[in-house]
Amino acid sequence: MPAIQISKAPQPAATNPAQIRNFCIIAHIDHGKSTLADRMLGITEVVEARNMRAQYLDRMDIERERGITIKSQAVRLPWRSGLDGQEYILNMIDTPGHVDFTYEVSRSLAACEGAVLLVDCAQGIEAQTLANLYLAMENNLTIIPVLNKIDLPNAQPEKFAAELANLIGCKPEDCLRVSGKTGDGVADLLDQIVAQIPAPVGDPHAPARALIFDSVYDAYRGVVTYVRVIDGHLTPREQIQMYSTGVRHEALEVGVISPEPLPSKGLGVGEVGYLITGVKDVRQSRVGDTITSYQNPTTKPLAGYKDPKPMVFAGLFPLDGADFPLLRDSLDKLQLNDAALVYEPESSAALGFGFRCGFLGLLHMEIVRERLERESKISLISTAPNVVYQVTLEDGKKFVVTNPSEFPDGKINTVEEPIVKATILAPSDFIGVIMELCQDRRGSLLGMDYISEDRVEIRYTLPLAEIVFDFFDQLKSRTKGYASLDYEEIGDEPGQLVKVDILLQGEAVDAFSAIVHRDKAYAYGVMMTGKLRELIPRQQFEVPIQAAIGSRIIARESIRAMRKDVLAKCYGGDISRKRKLLEKQKEGKKRMKMVGRVEVPQEAFVAALATDADIEKIKAARKAE
Amino acid sequence: MLSFYVHIPYCIKRCGYCDFNTYTPSELQDGATLEVVSGDYIDAVLKELEFAPKDQVPTIFFGGGTPSLIPPRDLGRVITAIKGRNGLTDDCEITLEANPDSVTAEKLEGYFAAGFNRISFGMQSTSTHVLKVLDRTHDPENVKRAVDMARAAGFTSVSVDLIYGTPGESLSDWQSTVTQALNLGVDHISAYALIIEEGTKLAAQIKRGDVASPDDDLMADMYLYIDQACGFKGLKWYELSNWAKPGFESRHNMAYWKSANWWGLGPGAHSHIDRKRFWNVKHPTAYKQRLFDGLSPIADSEELTDEMRKSEYIMLSSRLRTGIAKRALTIAQYERMADHIKSDRIIDTADALVLTATGRLIADRIVADLLA
Repeated sequence: MPAIQISKAPQPAATNPAQIRNFCIIAHIDHGKSTLADRMLGITEVVEARNMRAQYLDRMDIERERGITIKSQAVRLPWRSGLDGQEYILNMIDTPGHVDFTYEVSRSLAACEGAVLLVDCAQGIEAQTLANLYLAMENNLTIIPVLNKIDLPNAQPEKFAAELANLIGCKPEDCLRVSGKTGDGVADLLDQIVAQIPAPVGDPHAPARALIFDSVYDAYRGVVTYVRVIDGHLTPREQIQMYSTGVRHEALEVGVISPEPLPSKGLGVGEVGYLITGVKDVRQSRVGDTITSYQNPTTKPLAGYKDPKPMVFAGLFPLDGADFPLLRDSLDKLQLNDAALVYEPESSAALGFGFRCGFLGLLHMEIVRERLERESKISLISTAPNVVYQVTLEDGKKFVVTNPSEFPDGKINTVEEPIVKATILAPSDFIGVIMELCQDRRGSLLGMDYISEDRVEIRYTLPLAEIVFDFFDQLKSRTKGYASLDYEEIGDEPGQLVKVDILLQGEAVDAFSAIVHRDKAYAYGVMMTGKLRELIPRQQFEVPIQAAIGSRIIARESIRAMRKDVLAKCYGGDISRKRKLLEKQKEGKKRMKMVGRVEVPQEAFVAALATDADIEKIKAARKAE
Repeated sequence: MLSFYVHIPYCIKRCGYCDFNTYTPSELQDGATLEVVSGDYIDAVLKELEFAPKDQVPTIFFGGGTPSLIPPRDLGRVITAIKGRNGLTDDCEITLEANPDSVTAEKLEGYFAAGFNRISFGMQSTSTHVLKVLDRTHDPENVKRAVDMARAAGFTSVSVDLIYGTPGESLSDWQSTVTQALNLGVDHISAYALIIEEGTKLAAQIKRGDVASPDDDLMADMYLYIDQACGFKGLKWYELSNWAKPGFESRHNMAYWKSANWWGLGPGAHSHIDRKRFWNVKHPTAYKQRLFDGLSPIADSEELTDEMRKSEYIMLSSRLRTGIAKRALTIAQYERMADHIKSDRIIDTADALVLTATGRLIADRIVADLLA
């Protein structure tokens, strides 16, 4: 039996680095990473069979439901190799699997010497997996290609082994074949991890250097910081220091995850574990930072520390204005666990009080929104997401615009917008529709390669703004769900960008202003004015709705004056009914927003901004009431 | 004083737009005739009458359903009972709602002899295509015949009901309907904008897209047309949807609009006595059962607070030619009407605010502004 009893396994702070293997699993959503991880926990017996549950390491409901990992984890697995009979400690570092979290992924990779590239052998590799694979290769990690789900009837291991071999330059027969579901091949995989991945190397006598690859807020313990020790060691009660900020903390507890937290005497070279200092905010323990000893600090921080930079901004407003304080508290709470989330209060004539929030990307935005709605039970409406623009006026003044309403009025010299390099993997049948979509979104083709006989990798540069709206949905629907997308920012470029305002009886409605490409301004104007014409009830006077760039009107609609608003009949039984209706209307009037003289029900603004998914959610909420 | 409404919850056929509390015989009992389902109905009504106060009665109104399906002697039993129990005023107005198809000269003479003195025919439209959408069975020619027969039978006050805004009805269809209605020489016209009620056949047809939804602007033009046409023929508006020659206004309906006391007899009928509104169980079978078991048929009631009464006053008086008494308004409410007054939607008289035709078209909005 290759498992080792935990008490008899090499102990933290007393493990020879030569016995340690640090690895991560790179995989796409649904390719079975969590199931494989579960299987590893079982086979190494760190989790007893009776305590086992599915997706053991995914802590949040959201993670389980969506099958994605938002925060990483690191589990210490003792293993006796079936090849040499020696004892080893395997640290499995779970990585987030999404493009928004590339930086987090890169830090997780930096904590490892090797990576298991896990691919569903019924689906083949996906764009984000490919991106993470390239990242791992750039980090000089040893890659172990593994085909998962070999038990599936539609598995095509030969085809995808060839694809993987092609990508990483190995032989198809080097690809291991496992089934996380049945456990087939998992012990062999653990043996191969031991055999192929190099042991960590570090100087036990040098000043301590440990890489923070994740930090998580826990309501009871405060921030739990996940670290990989490079040099020296960390011990409990020791004074430690964050390199980037110079702030000193006491290491109240040091330990390993096994897979529940287990305090230890410390962590030595090559070891992976956690650290608790009592801080309450993950921003004080930032991913990528170096932890060192306060007494004997290092002068050489680990490379690659970056402040998380929000790329996508949107206004989040509570549907019920009374929920504003709750929204603020919930954001504050969320930020304890999410150093990348930024927000500041915003007030909108149309939507009331809310927050302008910055996110790493679309998924990050969706997750934040979903967590707010789910964990705090606030119904939210968000404005259309936008990116960060660098605006330079003719007089040389520069502005950073994260909200269309802040777009300067003066004479504009240039507007720069973030550009990304997008990689799309898809069956070759869809090349045409993908190119059409990218072209339509101001993309320019960088190149295209066949990664297997019928799958291609298409590379485009695209303005990020074109991706943040509904690009991914469009891509999925046009390719019947087969295409996958990854992107990385490659800098800013000037674009023909203008701000389109939507005016109601001559007054701009802030929530609908948008920064769009000049060629699309007209379409946006027509779409928005048309939508509002349908949604805003008729008033006693005609209401013009216009779309304008500066003072130039580019689209116009009008809501005709209301001429009839009366119920013709009012006899015996109608009287109570009608009075009740009036009482209800009176309540409704309180929710009206005034734009100049125009009364607009908040629902109209909400509906104009809502996506189809939002509308479904609102309907469901109404029904539940 | 106490007015009576008598509900006759039966129709031979349900019209596609109608959501009233009425039933066809076969809906109530498989394969049954009207006689079978309605046989003991009047008995039940007379039992309910025993619950009512004994004030003198200025008006009685038989509505439905189709009251003219019930033979004169049966309706006459109700009139006689009320008369014997409460007493009628000398000028008591007793109205019958009638389907022009279900009356004969003989029947009309019978109703007149039973005490009816006012009759209101469901005319709706003279356009065959409009009647078809409404699911009405009558031949437009029958209306003239019915009106003439009613006059011959002795009715001195004759009214017709019209509906406008039916899908497919053009302004000229409507103009022709109004012209023909006025040419009948009636004393009173009620005209209602068609309301698409949830759950009706017509609502389903609109939802499916089989027929177009009525257009508000067209209905506004139709309203302005009938208001003007009636005016030319000496029928003045006295309530938003009602026009009459002077002295021929429906006193029964005015009782509703002036919040007088009335008692509604029959399933689903509403009553208003002093500060209380209450209503009966809706289904005829349940209604009869309750009464034959010696129980009250009242399903529920509400006590009107001062605020509710104020709201009702504004809601109802805004629809009347007499208008909203200024003394019933606060200064703030009056000031909120400035824009409506300036825009000729309201006439500001010495002691009342009276809605003009364009104002009446948005009466609900004006009421909402007043009560905001």
